[in-house]
Amino acid sequence: MDVSQYLEIFIDETKEHLQNLNTQILELEQEPDNMDTVNEIFRAAHSLKGMAGTMGYKRMQNLTHDMENVFSEVRNGTVKVNASIIDTIFQCLDALEEYLDNIQSSADEGTNDNENIIKALNDFLKNGGKSDDAPKESAASEEAEAAPAAEAAEAAPAAGNEKWREIKFTEDQLGVMAAAKKSGKNIIGITVNVQETCILKAARAFLVFKSLEELGEIIVSSPSAQDIEDEKFDFDFSIIVVTDADIDTVVKAAKSVSEIGDAVGGMVDLPDVPVAEAAEDKKEEVVEKTANAAVAADKGADKTGKVAEKKKVVVNRTVRVDIEKLDDLMNLVSELIIAKNSLVAAATSNVAGNENTNVNEHIEYLENVTTNLHESVMKVRMVPIESVVNKFPRMIRDLQKKLGKKMELYMTGEETELDRTVVDEIGDPLMHLLRNSADHGIEGDVALRKERGKPETGSIFLDAYQDGNNVVIEVRDDGNGIDVEAVKKKALERGVITEEQASVMSDKEIINLLFLPSFSTAKVVSDISGRGVGLDVVKSKIESLSGEVEVRSQLGVGSTWTIRLPLTLAIIQTLMVNVGGEKYAIPLGNIQTLENIKADEIETVQQKEVINLRGDIVPIIRLNEVLGCESTKGKDDDLVVVIVKKGDKMAGLVIDSLTGQQEIVIKSLGKYINKSKIISGATILGNGDVALIVDPNALI
Amino acid sequence: MEELAVKSELVQYIKIQLDEELYGIDISYVDNIVRPQHVTRVPNVADYIKGVINIRGEIIPIMNLRLKMGLEEIEDDKNTRFIIIKIEQYGKIGLIVDAVKEVVTLDDSHIEMMKYDAKDEATQHFVMGVGKLEDSLVSLLDLNTVIMEKQANKEE
Repeated sequence: MDVSQYLEIFIDETKEHLQNLNTQILELEQEPDNMDTVNEIFRAAHSLKGMAGTMGYKRMQNLTHDMENVFSEVRNGTVKVNASIIDTIFQCLDALEEYLDNIQSSADEGTNDNENIIKALNDFLKNGGKSDDAPKESAASEEAEAAPAAEAAEAAPAAGNEKWREIKFTEDQLGVMAAAKKSGKNIIGITVNVQETCILKAARAFLVFKSLEELGEIIVSSPSAQDIEDEKFDFDFSIIVVTDADIDTVVKAAKSVSEIGDAVGGMVDLPDVPVAEAAEDKKEEVVEKTANAAVAADKGADKTGKVAEKKKVVVNRTVRVDIEKLDDLMNLVSELIIAKNSLVAAATSNVAGNENTNVNEHIEYLENVTTNLHESVMKVRMVPIESVVNKFPRMIRDLQKKLGKKMELYMTGEETELDRTVVDEIGDPLMHLLRNSADHGIEGDVALRKERGKPETGSIFLDAYQDGNNVVIEVRDDGNGIDVEAVKKKALERGVITEEQASVMSDKEIINLLFLPSFSTAKVVSDISGRGVGLDVVKSKIESLSGEVEVRSQLGVGSTWTIRLPLTLAIIQTLMVNVGGEKYAIPLGNIQTLENIKADEIETVQQKEVINLRGDIVPIIRLNEVLGCESTKGKDDDLVVVIVKKGDKMAGLVIDSLTGQQEIVIKSLGKYINKSKIISGATILGNGDVALIVDPNALI
Repeated sequence: MEELAVKSELVQYIKIQLDEELYGIDISYVDNIVRPQHVTRVPNVADYIKGVINIRGEIIPIMNLRLKMGLEEIEDDKNTRFIIIKIEQYGKIGLIVDAVKEVVTLDDSHIEMMKYDAKDEATQHFVMGVGKLEDSLVSLLDLNTVIMEKQANKEE
């Protein structure tokens, strides 16, 4: 019996609720009187509490419960939202996120009770004025409600309620109980009623089992643990437990689980033994068997439960898919089957001596279908970057307080879609860039901003949009911009570049130095940025996603960081080329044009071969030299040159010949051969051979 | 086979030939044995990495065990085999060997573990012990060093 099957859903939904809360509370901070927002927050907090309770995460439940109380009062209009409570609530959300992180990594919420936050929440309620006692009252009334119910149950221990008395024991169990009794332990039978409205009966039962196990040892249950796990019971189940605790404690423990209607307990009378023994042999056998099975199942469940608790729960990553996209996919698959069938039909009719043209037609159709299928599958993998960027307004708000600067974050294009793997990875780099803008970008000195004719409040922009086969994310600020001279000075100081190099470097090249490891221009190291680990991490992260990052900046006006990412990673269009008798693939996205160049058109500039391409001087790279193989071409033959582009830099790759355009599936070369930078991966060709993918970005 | 794995004293080795010598590879690391096929060269890697091959849609790097052990490279012949090794943390890698003989079962008493001096030649470190068979000796390969040390080289 365990709830781990719901864990994924729980984590996903909790994340959504937390995100929702963050956004709503930010809104609330802007307009504290907006009742819609308050209601929305209340609802989110309430569902969060319910979910945490269902999953048995008590600390999380307690925290959300107190948070909910606060909003319940706000909703009733008895207290007003102020800045301090907003801060507390944010702390509260952070704490909840921490719980969630713990749950995600170990299926356990951790041991942090966050008492100070709970206290802060309760203090707020107390100091909120008249609303003072409200939460306590409600709590008290809850208790009061529960109490009479329990009393009633105790007062009238109807036979139907004490089903535990009907449990038959095996000899083994009787032995255990007798021994326990001798050692002064209580043997308590308890029958638990689950509320009829309860949806996850099995989950509740599991929680009851769990809390009873904390008190003592469960001897037997009816129905068996396995049946309970499979929800094969109505609304009640009975458990016999051997424990040091008294009846009240046991009953209370069972009742502490929510949605448990009622629990009735009593001492088990061992004199029952003879009765059980006196039962017919056959019957006893049957009972024994089932009881044994129950115990075995119980133990089994116990074991798996413990294993599940111990081992790290690796929660699968999921994507929520629009049902329409799935329908598309289904359609395409049926088309694929039709295409296959018509191919088969065509093949058989060929045997009969028909013409070949038919087959080609079908192959074309098949090609169409597979291309569409690929597109659809990719679309399924796409998620809006919204899930990542949504947390940024909150972050900027916190930074604003921390740094004492006024700034505002404007976001556009949150709906832009990217591959799920990319979206997961892009969060950190973006956060680095935003922090960078907030810390280094926006001027701390308001007077300076005024002098420069800028509004007092700094602006940071996050814009995302699709550009051809790429997605571009821009982080822009109207702050100080990058001080090229300061960077140069720092680089000289650190010995990154020499005086000579510095004198010939363009501003752009100098700014690019910022991406080197351990390079930070912040005069004071703050905990927001400035440890010099940010930008090189950003760069390597983006590059590992086969993207690139660029920066443009003007001193005193602001800077713009541009991240360019490919839409998808797994399948790309490439140009297949031959070099020295080997096949290589060059991603089409990098290719500008194909040129035929005569051998005598090549000139040398600084010992490097270049060609004059319609006025542009383009350096050429002989791929066979880079790849270490013999060109099959003579020295004076015409050259086939693939012009590739990276940013605004161009280069010509000299190849032997072209094979054509092909859609390929990228495969990793594995961990042994990852040092070969110019090769970004491999693919399997139609004939089963392997072709390597050249990464032009590494060559330029 | 699984039963054998449980009894720690019995380990099965695949006996392979390399030059004149016999070597043993722990069978639990062997994923597959295939006949030589076209190897796609990968530029700018160590010389003993011959390239990559495709096995059922998976790209697997191929290492020439002869070159790795400091022997002469020879042409593939009808006995040459690629042994695909799988080690959890590093994935799969193929080793080119001269010939695959048979599977032998050795228990602890038939294995003499090697002890090394720091001054020993590098090639010897690939062998972790010697197994005594009725008619011959097999050097038991320490796959981790065969494969890991290569990693160390590359990082230099």
